[in-house]
Amino acid sequence: MMRRCSLFAAAVSALFSIVAPASAMTIERIVSPLGIEAWLVRDKSVPLVAMNYAFHGGSSQDTADKAGAANMAANMLDEGAGELDAKVFHERMESRAIELSFRVGRDYFHGSLKTLLEHRDEAFDLLRLALNAPRFDADAMERTRAQLISSLRRETTSPNSLASKRWWEAAFPDHPYGREGRGTLESVPAITADDLRGYVKRVFARNELKIAIVGDIDAATAGAMIDRAFGGLPAKNDLRAVVPVEPRGLGRRIVIDIDVPQAVVTFGGPGLARNDPDFMAGYIVNHILGGGSFSSRLYREVREKRGLAYGVSDSLVWFRSAAVSIGGTQTRAERTGDALAIIEQEAKRMAEEGPNAEELAKAKSYLKGSYALSLDTSTKIAAQLIQIQIDDLGIDYIKNRNSLIDAVTIADAKRAAKRLYGSGMLVTVAGRPKGVVSTQ
Amino acid sequence: MRHIVPPSVAALFFPLLLALTAPALAQAPVTKFNLPNGLEVVVIPDRRAPVVTHMIWYKVGAADETPGKSGLAHFLEHLMFKGTAKNPAGRFSQVVAEIGGQENAFTSNDYTGYYQRVPTEHLQSVMEFEADRMTGLVLTDDVVLPERDVVLEEQNQRVANNPGSRMGEQVDAALYLNHPYGKPVIGWRHEIEALNREDAIEFYKRFYGPNNAVLVIAGDVEVEALRKLVLATYGKVARRADFPARKRPQEPAQIVPRTLTLADPRVEQPSLSRSYLVPSFATAKKGESEALEVLAHILGSGSNSRLYQALVVDKRVATSAGAWYQSSGLDHTKFGVNGTPRPGVTLAQLEQDIDDVIAAVLASGVSAEELERTKSRLIAEAVYARDSQASLARWYGAALTTGSTVEDVQSWPERIKAVTAAQVQEAARDWLDKRRSVTGYLVKDAAAKVEKRS
Repeated sequence: MMRRCSLFAAAVSALFSIVAPASAMTIERIVSPLGIEAWLVRDKSVPLVAMNYAFHGGSSQDTADKAGAANMAANMLDEGAGELDAKVFHERMESRAIELSFRVGRDYFHGSLKTLLEHRDEAFDLLRLALNAPRFDADAMERTRAQLISSLRRETTSPNSLASKRWWEAAFPDHPYGREGRGTLESVPAITADDLRGYVKRVFARNELKIAIVGDIDAATAGAMIDRAFGGLPAKNDLRAVVPVEPRGLGRRIVIDIDVPQAVVTFGGPGLARNDPDFMAGYIVNHILGGGSFSSRLYREVREKRGLAYGVSDSLVWFRSAAVSIGGTQTRAERTGDALAIIEQEAKRMAEEGPNAEELAKAKSYLKGSYALSLDTSTKIAAQLIQIQIDDLGIDYIKNRNSLIDAVTIADAKRAAKRLYGSGMLVTVAGRPKGVVSTQ
Repeated sequence: MRHIVPPSVAALFFPLLLALTAPALAQAPVTKFNLPNGLEVVVIPDRRAPVVTHMIWYKVGAADETPGKSGLAHFLEHLMFKGTAKNPAGRFSQVVAEIGGQENAFTSNDYTGYYQRVPTEHLQSVMEFEADRMTGLVLTDDVVLPERDVVLEEQNQRVANNPGSRMGEQVDAALYLNHPYGKPVIGWRHEIEALNREDAIEFYKRFYGPNNAVLVIAGDVEVEALRKLVLATYGKVARRADFPARKRPQEPAQIVPRTLTLADPRVEQPSLSRSYLVPSFATAKKGESEALEVLAHILGSGSNSRLYQALVVDKRVATSAGAWYQSSGLDHTKFGVNGTPRPGVTLAQLEQDIDDVIAAVLASGVSAEELERTKSRLIAEAVYARDSQASLARWYGAALTTGSTVEDVQSWPERIKAVTAAQVQEAARDWLDKRRSVTGYLVKDAAAKVEKRS
């Protein structure tokens, strides 16, 4: 659950943050002695170094019978590496307050490192071990497996998990994007250490590696640290192809029966690829319909006017081979039908009429102004720079973003609205909503 | 919290409603001053990005509610977005949205806070709005009644839909025999349903005003310029009559270990959680709260901890095990331990193993190596905290509304550094006494396959 959440949250924050301000911030493209590229922001105000990095190849590299292998590999990287067993590895991290994190999204493996300046070398050494020589010891593996199974079992009766999982399954049947990245109660028991080694070997490579470093570190030192951590990896990855796909099931409703007082709703439809010319227009339209301020149409209609839910929102989510708009709400069983009707009606109205000029202007203002808030800490900056690299937007994107937003016209917005919301939604509901039934 | 994150991530924000522990940092050049009307102001400059975090903290929380009105502090927090005579409902939020700002609010047992994060040039504007709603709130039933439904949905989402949360409420209710910390911050459902406009306005007049608030501003600001701005905005709000002292009914001597079992058909993964009644930083004697902080870390934070190593790694009876301590609170707070058993392990077995780990600390204390490792980790938090103006603002705000001072926050690393192994052992012996605890067992209700609910 948490992991799915963090995935979702990451994609959303990427939406908001891509924009950066930062008059004061200078992004430097550096190349390490071994030829590895990274983006560097030097900031001496706090004695720390933060690094984010990503390898192409996430959970969509898993086969269906071994779903969850990539995630399990990520969970195991700090459970012993090189000469250090899990206990010693964790003690080294803690005694120096070194933070290493590893997670997989659908398309990418994401890692981060945070260290005090004084423990920088040790931090990069530990990262090198984790990436180059993970042990996947049997006892640590069984421990991790038991934890994963425990959390998957817990989710079998969580309405939030049920609604979300079912949505992705129905939108992308027989495709890796339709599968839960952490695997299933059937697949996780079948994963072996060799599966984890296979994933690491195929994915951890120097090509398609994205790196962003922020903190009190100069270019030469950063280059040396990068080579220390990543220099020993294979030159080239060996990925399984992921077939481009469109979300299915539009117009369909699926009810998952579970006895809870409040129904949990997931709704969504087609999105826009990040390199689609209409992306920015769609991004703005989505913000107007269900984005993250207290003024979206859905927020106003569902929450403010009618008190139907504590939260309702909609986001654009994009992958390399698919894109969706996806949102959710939670509402008492007897009003679920009302809430759904309003959401569908607002989406339809947006598709047919688009936003008005005032809404467009306000949304642009929000999206331009909010960029700075997503770039006010080292870790946020590092995460943003990775997303910009993954989306292939260029090192000048932060400077250019305002003009990209300003360029969106009302005609662009109407066209994007139609593409996003004009073909209906796939809706999943977990609970016992009154008057809402499954359709085919 | 008033807002709304996508439903699936809402839970991440929930802990803020309950507790904030407070490391902080020594080096930030923090300034504190008071206005003539009694408002306390804390300024934390961070000039790296052209943004500012503006927070107003009121010294009132759920523990200050009149009996029978549980949830009122939180309900008022929601209603504070409903407009004033000067600024009709929605205008403040619209302005924040148009300038690309973020805003939200939160309620705990001891404080209620509102914040905006905005580009620096808009700071004055949000200060004017916030100063206006400090005393200018206007409410009508048109906005109050739908918002009460929103809060009921929030209660569904956070509590009713989640067996683990329902269990947490029951453990708190059983732990506090007399003190209002036993009530849920969000309120008991039947009492939320009865809250109304008059309740909210009466509570607002009783507790909101400049001389019961702390303003925290972190970010791209210069102290002297800011002082003028604060005077020109908040400085114009009239001081209110003195607010009542925050004296809550205190706990009697606790003499009986309590246990409770929550059985629910939706529990696929049983678990155990225990809370002990312990001193907060505000109620502890010198050094005691810091020792509890270190103790919680050694006992149950992360995979090097005693509980994790014993239960998850060595004995393999659990998939998770941990401990935590809430240092922030005007009155006695909580120290918790918890665990999730592996299949085939009973909660009784798991509990015995947890008790053995605790007994070992009571009997033999902690090692020098554990102590040093933990202190390094905790003290580093103070450096990492300096990277985030929003985190710093939250720490200072929570501290100043729960009986701490700016100096207390700044001396945190030094105080942690000074903790000795003997103090940790003593804290464990003094406070990890089962007679002062409630242990909750969350289990599957296999009998009630189809449970009827209203």
